[in-house]
Formats: sequence, structure tokens, C-alpha cells
Amino acid sequence: MALLEVENLEVTFGLRQGAVKALRDVSFTVERGERVGIVGESGAGKSVAAFSILNLISRPGYISGGQIRFEGQDLSKLSSDAMREIRGNRIAMIFQDPMMTLNPVLTLGQQMVECLKAHRKISTQEARLIAVEKLRQVHIPSPEKRIDQYPHELSGGMRQRVIIAIALLLDPVLIIADEPTTALDVTIQAEIMELLLELCESNNVGLVLITHDLGVVSQVTQKAIVMYAGRVIEQGPTKEIINDAQHPYTQGLINALPQQTLPGQRLNQIPGSMPSLQNIPAGCAFNPRCEFVMDVCKQTLPGFTRSGGCQVACHMVREMKEKAAQEAS
Amino acid sequence: MNAQQPILQVRDLEKRFNISGDFLDQLKFQGGKIVRKQENVHAINGVSFDVMKGEALCVVGESGCGKSTVARTVMGLLKPSGGSIHYNGERIDQLSDRAVLPYRKKMQMIFQNPYASLNPRKTITQTLEEPVRFHNPGMSETEVKDKVKAVMFDVGIDPGWGVRYPHEFSGGQRQRISIARALTLDPEFVVADEPISALDVSIQAQVLNLMMKAQEEHNLTYLFITHDLSVVEHFGTRVAVMYLGTLCELAPTKTLFATPRHPYTQALLSAIPRLQDHRPNHIKLQGEVPTPVNLPSGCVFHGRCPHANDRCRQEVPKLVPQSDGSQVACHGVEEGRL
Amino acid sequence: MTTPVEVLDIPTRPSAWARFKDTHLFHSFTRDKVAMVSFGLFVLYALAALFAPLIAPYNPYDPASIDIMNSELPPIWQEGADPAFLLGTDAQGRDMLSTMLYGTRISLMIGICAVMLQMFLGVLIGLSAGYFGGRVDSFLMRMADIQLSFSTMMVAIVVLAVFQAAFGAELYADLAIFMLILVIGIAEWPQYARTVRASVLAEKHKEYVDAARVMGFGSGRIMWRHILPNTLSPLLVISTVQVANAIISEASLSFLGLGMPVSQPSLGSLISSGFEYIFSGAWWITVLPGIVLVVLVLVMNLLGDWLRDVLNPKLYKG
Repeated sequence: MALLEVENLEVTFGLRQGAVKALRDVSFTVERGERVGIVGESGAGKSVAAFSILNLISRPGYISGGQIRFEGQDLSKLSSDAMREIRGNRIAMIFQDPMMTLNPVLTLGQQMVECLKAHRKISTQEARLIAVEKLRQVHIPSPEKRIDQYPHELSGGMRQRVIIAIALLLDPVLIIADEPTTALDVTIQAEIMELLLELCESNNVGLVLITHDLGVVSQVTQKAIVMYAGRVIEQGPTKEIINDAQHPYTQGLINALPQQTLPGQRLNQIPGSMPSLQNIPAGCAFNPRCEFVMDVCKQTLPGFTRSGGCQVACHMVREMKEKAAQEAS
Repeated sequence: MNAQQPILQVRDLEKRFNISGDFLDQLKFQGGKIVRKQENVHAINGVSFDVMKGEALCVVGESGCGKSTVARTVMGLLKPSGGSIHYNGERIDQLSDRAVLPYRKKMQMIFQNPYASLNPRKTITQTLEEPVRFHNPGMSETEVKDKVKAVMFDVGIDPGWGVRYPHEFSGGQRQRISIARALTLDPEFVVADEPISALDVSIQAQVLNLMMKAQEEHNLTYLFITHDLSVVEHFGTRVAVMYLGTLCELAPTKTLFATPRHPYTQALLSAIPRLQDHRPNHIKLQGEVPTPVNLPSGCVFHGRCPHANDRCRQEVPKLVPQSDGSQVACHGVEEGRL
Repeated sequence: MTTPVEVLDIPTRPSAWARFKDTHLFHSFTRDKVAMVSFGLFVLYALAALFAPLIAPYNPYDPASIDIMNSELPPIWQEGADPAFLLGTDAQGRDMLSTMLYGTRISLMIGICAVMLQMFLGVLIGLSAGYFGGRVDSFLMRMADIQLSFSTMMVAIVVLAVFQAAFGAELYADLAIFMLILVIGIAEWPQYARTVRASVLAEKHKEYVDAARVMGFGSGRIMWRHILPNTLSPLLVISTVQVANAIISEASLSFLGLGMPVSQPSLGSLISSGFEYIFSGAWWITVLPGIVLVVLVLVMNLLGDWLRDVLNPKLYKG
């Protein structure tokens, strides 16, 4: 049994122009201790996917279909108390902006002790000891002193470390990190990513990493999920996707990186921009920007085709696979 | 045109921001006496560089290193606290608003945030036509319209969009409009302050390509501010690395990426998330960036540098030209230790 | 290489009205019953004030049409009413309906003109203070603080009383309307100055202002053409509330006998004039204009509240 199974998840936002589906038919699994990256550009629905796992979608959005099973339990059937228990204890979340999660008027220690005591029956002293230990785990120098500081006394990188320490406080089995390093500088980003990787490995914690940065995904995750306009268009082992992407959009994303062209030459750009969720084109959502577009792409939505270890939603890939299979037989 | 002719010369540029508030806020009670205390943020501390005609000089560094302050000071949005800026041999940092007008035409700027850099209450046409009219009072109405249309075609936007307001466009489209606005005045020198960092990956490539095309067609010189080193490798002719308001290294792009000399540049380069390597293997820096309010003595990087010695803690290093054409401000490199 | 020109998905631009129908403002308006009723009532007030001379059955300013014999007639639903006077008459025999229509006209006019004066002064001062900053800002804002520390009523009472004493009641009666606009307008400009200054400080650091400076535009052009249009939303919000406040100020002054003379009554002076008769049974002379005034002020405040909710950039980004 997988740790987290998301099946045909659909999220709808009831806007005044009518209902808009922000996620359609999203399915993926996370195994115990597995690191999964969800990649996409802004508007692809990657954050919505992360938030809906914890049922944190706020009005006017709601989960309109599909199932989310965590350790075999259907999360949509849980009471809000049971959900809160899972949120704190079993699944932790790391947000983009550390200041959003830290209360500026409480010291780190107060916040961490409060969190521990809310979920476990332990004394303040014990809780404090655990908190110091967690701060040490995320490599915060002299944690005994830092624990009595306020969030504003820490630098951005330190704050994000504290956030990770808080996420680890109750020994969760799954961490969902929504663009955890976007607000940070490259050198600090590298440190934080390495820390996350190290902690997940040593504690056998699953990680769902939401990011727009393919470089980060390639370094940290084992499995990658590429999203476009609310759908998963390709998923599979990260190595395969980075080295041999099948979907034209994934290829385009990788090829658009400056490192993929010789200095001074034009970059390989994808023309156009992502459609807004209100007017997604018929057929494959990527068809107006795709250089391999065929007639079928403008009419029917492509289903998933297996290609190596990956699943790709693309008509062209399917046809190529079919042709190859015919030739083989 | 001589390629080695500097179009912009920045010498010992300094910029301090006073953060101590007004007179009453500055009064502090200390040791039984009332004293007046002023605190400054030292955003730029003695930065010197030349921008050659036709090149793209990239300034990189992490947040708070003063790279945007350099851009804004060069453009005259901020008054420098010290040093000088020369454009084509003429000093421009002390000119009056009126005297600086001819330079406004030649020097333009592209901003970071496409959502804030276009006036939300003006249509695209209004935004684009206003500068043309302002700087060319002799132009007839049709000439202005033709000019704007030509520029819009140039950056790949349909002139039919002109009647719309900025909020009707996506980030990438807005950034093209910003570029169009800079190009309407036929500038020769463009400062781009993180023009692509607010955009998505696939859109970044579009905007970078557009900027390169504009550079070729209009013979532009760029001062390109960014934190993204992978973009620099692709786009820059030369790279200037900044740390805490000082230049650490200034080198041709190829040289810098092949043989980074300054310890900070080395750490910065190793931190870029690359696609192929599967384990991050970067140089870890100790400690944190000091605040620019109380600058460390000596080399500003010494607190985090693995190779720092007593000299680094006391003496400020100067940019020294190296044999490979780069300039490095590091005692270690100068002494041959590194 | 040529850059491909992107063509926008919607070929024609919808008309101004169609675009307005698609705005957040319009949508929240159609959903908010309170806002709709308030706006409807306000339009009614505005029309009544504008066309008062056409609607009113009598001209209360014309002494010829007044007959003292008709004084203190009750509204028609009470005994002893004269069907010629729908809402009764006041102590001088003027038709209440006509007087109230004319009174609303004067009250609204003073309110709106005073607010326009406030806005003019406030925008001028607030814009300069916010844009130039430093000493200009300190000086102008200390002025605003001083102005605010005198309450509107105190300033108005002193000025109007001195004026009345110095120039006599006759001249005062002729100039009352201008004096009221002037006094209320000058006393309340800091509200506008502070609001404008706050939005200018927020807008000033946005990149479009830097872009305008890079273009070499002068301070005046940047202030008036680039920054000011972006501070209009909060101005609109406080304007509705300020009109209501100005109308109340005017009514209070008139009630104290320092406002409009009885010969050209505003709502406030009507209330005041009927006050003596309230215990002799002629309640309508005070109560009816009172209701009109209360409803008008309430409507303005409700509209202001709704506008503030809709235009608050923290609640809605667009």
C-alpha cells in the first residue's frame, strides 16, 4: 500500500463567471520515503494539488471529485478533528514564505512547545528538549540560545530551517513543501534543499516538492510529475524525465533552460503562454503551442501512454509507440 | 565603431541610505548624555567598472548585495553618496533634471516586476506614446503612432492590443510591453533590473530572446542585473559578481564560468541547480551575510570565507587585473594562495 | 529572426458598458441589496434636489405664495389637514413638501461643494506631501494635525459668528451658502490630505513611477498624470462619507442658527425652525425633515461602507 494515493482528483473554483476546474483527473502515488516533485509553471495547478491533499483549499474552491487516500484512509471522509490530527502528526507542510507560518510575536521555543503539547501529553521541559533537538537536526548553530529568539531576529535561510524543524517536530511520515526555496538566494537554496534531502533520507520521510525549478527537481526527487493547465501531462522517474522527456511541453521546458543552448545563441522558446483556466483549448490543452500538433490533438484529450517508466499524455507519443509495436510484431 | 570604447564608466561609486529617521529619532540617551546618532545602510561601497559599447555586462549577486542599487544609481533614480558616473565621457551624476533629459533618451531601463512597472490606469498605447511625444515635441501625431506601431511589431505584440489596460495581459506580455516602452526612444544603453526573474521558465526564454534580438537590431548595450547565474552564462559578455556592496570579481563570462577565482564566485557557481547532477555538491559557506549597517573590517567576505587570514580581516582587497583578463578583489588570489 | 507577433484570443474589444458590466464593482453591486437600495435612494435624492423647482407644488422662496393663515397645517393623514398641502405646512404657512425639496437641494449642494473644496485642497497638499517627502511632508502634515485639532464645529461656529456679528444678518443671509461651503471645506481638508498622502506613499515606490522618472518626465506630470489616477479609489470611498459628514455639519450649524437663514431653509434650519412648535403638537415641522436628513446621511454612509469593502485592495486584488 502506498503512503499517499491521489486518484482522479478534481478541484473546482466557483467563480462569478461560472465554475472553473483548477485540477482535472490528477492521479499519483507517493511511497513511504519517496521524494516526488510536482513541476509546472504558475497557473498549472501544482499548488492547488498540494493544498487539496491536506484539504486546505479555501472557498470558493472545493474538491469536486476523486479520492485522496493516506495510509489507506480516505481523507475526504474524515471528520475535521481527525483531519487536524493527520495534518499535525502525520503530514507536515512547508510554505514558500516562512513568515507566513511563524508567528512574529512568539519566540521559536514558545511556538514549537505549543505545537508539541497540542498533539502529545508531555511536559513543557520535555517539549523544549525535543524542540532543541530538532533545531540541532536542521543545523541551527547554538539551538539552546536560538530557541528563545523571535522570528524577525533570524535571516531568511535560518527561518526556513526553523520551519523545517517545526515540520519535523511530530515525526511526520510525509512532508509537503510548496516552493520552499523560491524566496531564498541560490546558495541558501542549495543548503536548504540538501538539508531536506538528508532529513527525508535519514528519517524515511516521504516528500512532495512543489516547484517550478527543474534543476531542483532533478537534484532532490526520485519521481517527477509535470503539470500543465490543471492536468498531469507526464509522470515517471525523474532521471528518465530529465534525460529523455517524451511530452513536447516537458521537452520545451527543459530545452528553454539557458544551459541547454550555447552562449550567445537564441534560446529554444515555447511560443505563446499557458491558457487561463477559463478558456482551455479543446483536445490537448497544449496544442496551440505545440510544434508537433496534429488534427487529433485539437479534438480529443490524449490519454496516458506508457513509455519506459513514464506515463505521457500525448497523441504523438501514443502513435509512435503504436507504430513501433506494429513494426516489432 | 570601436568595440573597446567604454560607454559607461562608474568610478568608486558609493551609496548610503540613512535609516535613522528624522532629527528627533536620531537622539539617543547614552551614558547619561543625549547624543545624536546616525545609522547608515552601506548599499554600495566603492564600486568601479566600465561598460563597453555593444556588450552585455551582467551584475550578479544575492539579495541585498547592492546590484539593484547600482542599476538605479546609474539611471539617476538615486543620487550617489560618492564617486562618479560618466556616460560617453560626460559626467552625468550631478546634472539637473533639465540637463539630464538628453541622456534619458539614450539610457533606458527595464524593470523587474511586470505587474508594477506599467501604470494600471493607462492603456498600452498611452503608456507607449507618452514618452515619444514628450521627447520629440516636433513629431506629428501620425509619426508618433507609426513609431509606436513599429516598436510593438518589433517586440511581437499586436498593435491592436493598444486600447487595453495592463491587467488584461499575462506577465510575459507585460514584460514585452515594458521592453517596447524602453525601445520607443531608440536608446543606446539599457539597464535591465532582473527583467525575467518574475516570469515562468518558458516565458523567460521568450523575453531573453527578444532582448538579444533587440540588442542586435538596435545595437544596444546592456547592463543586466540578475541573481540567476545560468542566465548570465548565456547572455553576458562579461560578468561582475557583487557581495555586500562591493565587486568581488569582474571577468569575461567564459573565463568566469571556466575558472572562477574569488571564493565567493566559486561558492555561487557551485550552488546553481543543474539538471544532470543527481546530488547537490556545492561549496558550503559558513555563517550568514553580515548586515550592511555595520560592515565587517577588511574584506567583506572574510567571515564566511574558508581561506580567510589576518590580512583579509584587516585590509580591504582591491580589484586586481589577472593574466586571463579577469579582475579579482581577493588577497588570497593576489598572494597566489588560491 | 523575426519575433512572431502574438495575436490576442479575443478579436474585438467589448464596449465600455460591457466592460463595466464585467467589473468587480458592478458584480458586487448587483449582489448587494443594501448597496442597490442605498444607491436607488441616493439617485432619488439627487433627482429630487436637481428638479426641486419643477417637482415642488409651491415656491417656498416666493413670499407671494405663502399665506400665514395656512400655518401649522398637519400632513393629510391627520385630522384638520388641507389636501393642497400633502405633508402639511410650517409655522409660516409654507408647504412642507416644497420646503423639504428645496432644503434637500441646498443641503446636498453645500455638502457636495464643500467636499469638492476639501478634495481640491486635500489632493493638492497630500500629493505634494507624499511625493516630495522630507521637510515639505513634515510641514504640511503638521499643518494638517493642527487643523484637525480644532474640531470642524469649533472653527465653523467661531468664523460664522464673527462674520454674522461683523457684517450683519442681512449680508450674512445672502452669503450664507458660500460661507458654509468655505468653512466646512477648509475645516476638513486634512482627511483628504492624509488619505492621498498614504496612497501616494504606497504608489510612489512602484516601478511604474520609476519608469516615468527614467523617461525624464517632470515631477508635476508624474504627480498629476501618473500617481493621482491611482489614488482615486480611496478618494471615492472617503468622498461619500465626507459628503454625509458635511451635510451633518451644515445641519448642525443651521440648527444652531449659524447656517442657512429661515428664508432659504436647508434641512437643518427646517428642523431648527420647527423645534419650537414640537410641543404644541406640530411635530411634522421637525420630524419630517429630520427623517429626510437621517435617511440621506444613512444612505451615503452605507454606500461608503460598500465602496470601501469593494475597493479595498487588501480584500480584492484586481
